[in-house]
Amino acid sequence: MPKATNDAQLLIQSLRKAYAATPTNLKIIDLYVVFAVATALIQVVYMGIVGSFPFNSFLSGVLSCVGTAVLAVCLRIQVNKENKEFKDLPPERAFADFVLCNLVLHLVIMNFLG
Amino acid sequence: MAEPAGGGALRNAFGGVLSIFILILIGVLAFSIRLFSVIKYESVIHEFDPYFNYRVTQFLTKNGIYDFWNWFDDRTWYPLGRVIGGTVYPGLTLTAGTMWWILNSLNIPLSVETVCVFTAPIFSANASWATYLLTKEVKGAGAGLTAAALLAMVPSYISRSVAGSYDNEAVAIFALIFTFYLYIKTLNTGSLFYATLNAIAYFYMVCSWGGYTFIINLIPMHVLLCIVTGRYSSRLYIAYAPLVVLGTLLAALVPVVGFNAVVTSEHFASFLVFIILHVVALVYYIKRILSPAMFKVAVTLVVTIGMAVCCAVIAILIALVASSPTKGWSGRSLSLLDPTYASKYIPIIASVSEHQPPTWPSYFMDINVLAFLVPAGIIACFLPLSDASSFVVLYLVTSVYFSGVMVRLMLVLAPAACITSGIALSEAFDVFTRSIKFQLPNLFSNSPSAGDNSSESSVSQDVVKNDNHRQVEKSETVPKVKGDNSRPTEKSEAVMKGKQSKKNRKKEKDLEEEDILKPKKERRLLVLPLEASAVAILLLIVLGGFYVVHCVWAAAEAYSAPSIVLTSHSHDGLHVFDDFREAYAWLRHNTDEDDKVASWWDYGYQTSAMANRTVIVDNNTWNNTHIATVGTAMSSPEKAAWEIFNSLDVKYVLVVFGGLVGYPSDDINKFLWMVRIGGGVFPHIKEPDYLRDGQYRIDAQATPTMLNCLMYKLSYYRFIEADGSGFDKVRRTEIGKKHFKLTHFEEAFTTHHWMVRIYKLKPPKNRIKGKWKKSKSSSKSSSKRNGATRKNPWQ
Repeated sequence: MPKATNDAQLLIQSLRKAYAATPTNLKIIDLYVVFAVATALIQVVYMGIVGSFPFNSFLSGVLSCVGTAVLAVCLRIQVNKENKEFKDLPPERAFADFVLCNLVLHLVIMNFLG
Repeated sequence: MAEPAGGGALRNAFGGVLSIFILILIGVLAFSIRLFSVIKYESVIHEFDPYFNYRVTQFLTKNGIYDFWNWFDDRTWYPLGRVIGGTVYPGLTLTAGTMWWILNSLNIPLSVETVCVFTAPIFSANASWATYLLTKEVKGAGAGLTAAALLAMVPSYISRSVAGSYDNEAVAIFALIFTFYLYIKTLNTGSLFYATLNAIAYFYMVCSWGGYTFIINLIPMHVLLCIVTGRYSSRLYIAYAPLVVLGTLLAALVPVVGFNAVVTSEHFASFLVFIILHVVALVYYIKRILSPAMFKVAVTLVVTIGMAVCCAVIAILIALVASSPTKGWSGRSLSLLDPTYASKYIPIIASVSEHQPPTWPSYFMDINVLAFLVPAGIIACFLPLSDASSFVVLYLVTSVYFSGVMVRLMLVLAPAACITSGIALSEAFDVFTRSIKFQLPNLFSNSPSAGDNSSESSVSQDVVKNDNHRQVEKSETVPKVKGDNSRPTEKSEAVMKGKQSKKNRKKEKDLEEEDILKPKKERRLLVLPLEASAVAILLLIVLGGFYVVHCVWAAAEAYSAPSIVLTSHSHDGLHVFDDFREAYAWLRHNTDEDDKVASWWDYGYQTSAMANRTVIVDNNTWNNTHIATVGTAMSSPEKAAWEIFNSLDVKYVLVVFGGLVGYPSDDINKFLWMVRIGGGVFPHIKEPDYLRDGQYRIDAQATPTMLNCLMYKLSYYRFIEADGSGFDKVRRTEIGKKHFKLTHFEEAFTTHHWMVRIYKLKPPKNRIKGKWKKSKSSSKSSSKRNGATRKNPWQ
């Protein structure tokens, strides 16, 4: 057991060290993803408390959070300089795609919200 | 370098223009091969289901979209009605309605019927272009053109999209191929823009057809396949994750799907793979930022903890799913997975002729030559294997399985077969034309390098097909023209220029490698002997010719019948049987607006659309008990049937009878299904009562129950007067009971060839002679009487 906790501590430390090396813009995107997922979790807990009556509203709320998190991850993948596949993709184009997809997502959400 | 670059660009431009010209021709071909029924008969809507779609489109064009969305139809499934807005897939009607509206606002006054009739050919042209785009993403422009040409003509697709076949598949197949194209495009490029377009195309597919569940299960399967075979990449994430979220939302927007998009088992695969994909992505990310030693530690830690959590979650999930009797799957999906399910539990699904498994000859009839080009295409997809080609192989394999379960799903096999056959044909043509092109100058010049070429070709150890993206040039002749024949793509030209400088270095290195490691797999281009290639090209063209001839024959003879108008050729010319429309027109003009018409569910849509009368059951078959009620009434003796129909406010009963002219799809042939479905809900109807020694007969050997049932009486009433001997041309015997009177029904109308017979319910007499009857005749449930002798108050 102590070896396991020791390993866990080492692991967490090395993770933290490696993560600290990522550029700031990627960290901002990560923060946004965490925020979106946290919002989704809060909504699920709230649904557990008060019941799911307007189910479409619940669905659209949760899926909008999850959707924007997923899109932010896609943006992060495309903007990440270490990613060789997206070397020729200008980050402005990646951001424009992100905005477009978010627009479509939220248009659908607003329609489905009821 | 300017000279060869200019020459290359010119050839490029010429190739591009030629491609566009070929695509336009393919579109025209796809459109015109489907016009046979319009030429042979008239511009009329075919079959049964299209009439419902036509009626809905009429309503949409007349009343606008908001009324359409909220439409509650009270003229069908009387007295239940049907919520059309919530139970119809709106894609087809909205598409046709939009086209009609655009044309009318441009002052081109086409009627709704014309637009409906020609929707399918237009969208099949679009489907061919979508196939071109999809195959181009997989293998290149040459394969794309071949696949598009094959799809334009494949009989299986023609059968559901002739002019007049105004059904969901007409637009749905186009949506299917287009969605797959956008998915592959996103997978190849990793662009979020195409991912958005993919989700929107998937939305169009969900609007159009119930078969959209095929897409939302095939794409997760492919993602899983890529992960398992180690082809995970960030492009895969971008292709799949936004599609799941956006796609689920968009699917939930369509009223007919609604919350099924998140609750039913058909969609669980997509969520499961979504979670798996995220786990895999996280693992790859951590692997990239950690050192290998730390990564090992992380793995062991996570595995031990994660296992426990996983088991708990899976246990909860299984408990949830197992608590529902069908494990959350709908009846139709279950009958696809287990082909014997429908015949055991849901006779209605089993009774539809389209839901039967296909016979072996039907494969050859429907995809013809493609049936043996497909395996060659599968092999071509493996050399080399890319994400896109693995998707095509997976699509083909799953659609072959499903087409084996239901004849109707041969339609989903058709695009897969065309794509793989297109790839195979294109590769074959590549090899042969390349052989000819490389050996033609040697033939004329007789240089010593001819000897090199033949030795190279005989040494080829493995069949290596040309790959447009990666080539290692080995032959020493003709340095300018690389591997491509007269259909270059822009990509390969660019690759060519880049590889030219590397070519020399690689050549020396590879020559050394070849000497050292003989059996190592080398990427060399296959060159066959000149005469063999020429003969092979000729044979392939002849094969294509056979295919074309067969497709045109199938389109003209087999699949162009509107089935509402029948023709037959006899010694004195062409007979046209227009009995159905005659009967519906009679109903329309000779009955009251609110009269209810009862018939078997096959004719419900046509009656609603053409006769404009309220029907009891129609082809939607959503309410099994209601259909069983009608089936019981048809199987009961006259009095009991009268009671049932009277309780449903029915005024007219419509029966289809083919005995006089030999029309085989009449109600007497379908009668056993009425008995089975009725017996499934009302146990006093037993199928063995209608069979003599297990055989279904209507002659003198038939059982008394059979001879007394309503269907028999309504079909054969006064039949003896028609041809003197009561000889039924379909069953090929004389009928059993020849002279009888109808007690509770009177004949209202019989069409010219006796194919449709309409009867009116006699009103009850005012006074009932005899004893006062205790049992009420107003019982709404079916009568329990089974023909026991009682005093008949109507005689």
